[in-house]
Amino acid sequence: MSVARNWRLQQQRYRLVGEVCDRCGVAIFPPRDVCPECEAPARTPFTFSGRGEVYSYSTIYHPPAGFEEAVPYTVALVRLEEGPLVTAQLTDVRAEEVEIGMPVEMVTRRLQAEGAEGVIGYGYKFRPPVRQSS
Amino acid sequence: MRDVAIIGIGQTKVGEHWDTGLRHLALEAVQAAVKDAGVDHIDALYVGNMLSGELAGQEHLGALVADFSGMRGVEAFKVEAACASGAAALRLGYVAVAGSMADVVLVVGVEKMTDQMGPQATSALAMAADADYEAAQGLSFVTINALLMRRYMYEYGYKKEDFAPFTINAHANAMHNPYAMFHQRVDVKAYVNARMIADPINLMDSSPVADGAAAVVLAPSDWARRLGRKGARIIGSAVATDTVAVHDRHDPLVLEGAAISSYKAYEQADIGPEEIDFFELHDAFSIMAALSLEAAGFAQRGGGLRLALDGEIGIHGRLPVATMGGLKARGHPVGATGIYQAVEAVQQLRDQASENQVPNARIGMIQNIGGSGATVITHILERIE
Repeated sequence: MSVARNWRLQQQRYRLVGEVCDRCGVAIFPPRDVCPECEAPARTPFTFSGRGEVYSYSTIYHPPAGFEEAVPYTVALVRLEEGPLVTAQLTDVRAEEVEIGMPVEMVTRRLQAEGAEGVIGYGYKFRPPVRQSS
Repeated sequence: MRDVAIIGIGQTKVGEHWDTGLRHLALEAVQAAVKDAGVDHIDALYVGNMLSGELAGQEHLGALVADFSGMRGVEAFKVEAACASGAAALRLGYVAVAGSMADVVLVVGVEKMTDQMGPQATSALAMAADADYEAAQGLSFVTINALLMRRYMYEYGYKKEDFAPFTINAHANAMHNPYAMFHQRVDVKAYVNARMIADPINLMDSSPVADGAAAVVLAPSDWARRLGRKGARIIGSAVATDTVAVHDRHDPLVLEGAAISSYKAYEQADIGPEEIDFFELHDAFSIMAALSLEAAGFAQRGGGLRLALDGEIGIHGRLPVATMGGLKARGHPVGATGIYQAVEAVQQLRDQASENQVPNARIGMIQNIGGSGATVITHILERIE
């Protein structure tokens, strides 16, 4: 992925920054500037807690290009506690331990590397919680 | 608005065509359809294709196919809507003829996928998903469907082998389709033991990467009648969209786009789902077959799989699906698939489906799904007596 594209998405990739709708109050991730529920403008930034639970999951044995070295890896749809679903890899957990409903938290990890000299892309993954919940 | 008919069909065998490039695949289907229609000119050519730029380094397919099909000068361009590209081109052709902007339109779907294999093809197909928020996480297109299948099993209590009837039916029907990619029967044991791709989806849940081209010729229905052409009228044509990313949907197990598209088409045709004699559905993965049966009103939520388990989807069942092998066993050359569905529906409505003939088939529905449900295009065809 290009440097500019990584840079453009850094607030989402590193901090899980979405938006909140000023009219109906729904929390939105990823940001889209228009509320998907009430179609009002939604440009107020909102940082998600990163806590959620596994909605569904799968383990990948045949990866797309750029992810060959990670195989096998487990991905999930995570239901964030503020409402939205997020698509992400799971980490720090064995595939056979994952189950629907399992609590997880966001962590920043290496997602992709473009060869020995290319850009290393970082972003969110989710793991079983180790942080104390506040 | 004019009534529109499909007056000619053509198709290549689906498979790995190592010795044939994209333009010659398209030519073969185009020539067959034009000959079948018996027309001596066309007003426009629309090409359905998803991945020629990524997999063949070739865009600009409208002009290319027009030129290499001997139609230099004609109006032509490519239409893209991920895996629904074929049906999108058909929809455009329908709009042109119905709206009297053209009299005879040739629509060809073509895809050349096997020049690239493995990770490159997997990456290319993932372009149907959200690049920033799905594919960037390392998700393949198979995986997105695997997430849906896992959740479906969890919510409704189905087991892996409960999905087998879709695959078994598709392979059984493909046995008698000379244009199908696979000609081998599959049983439950073969289904359960197939190689895992993205758990719980294995090779037997997945349609194959393939090359192929299919074409149809459209004209006003009264022309078809006057010329005595056998064929089928298009009595419903509807496109609907949903979010590209699965995580943006209210309920990932409900294909809202498919429901909107289906019911718009029913309304145009002035019929309900109970009047459909067969359904060429988009079984790119067995979970998609189940979800589309539910969205199109053939089953309640969670009941799509039950329809298959109860033996209702065979040629002599209540609702035959994938009657010529479907995406699973005929093969899924993505941008061509929507046109293969149209060609096969016309074969059924002309009584040309040999051993796979659905008895007394009068009305057929075809549905082409782009991505994991983001573009859904439904056509309903009626036999011309």
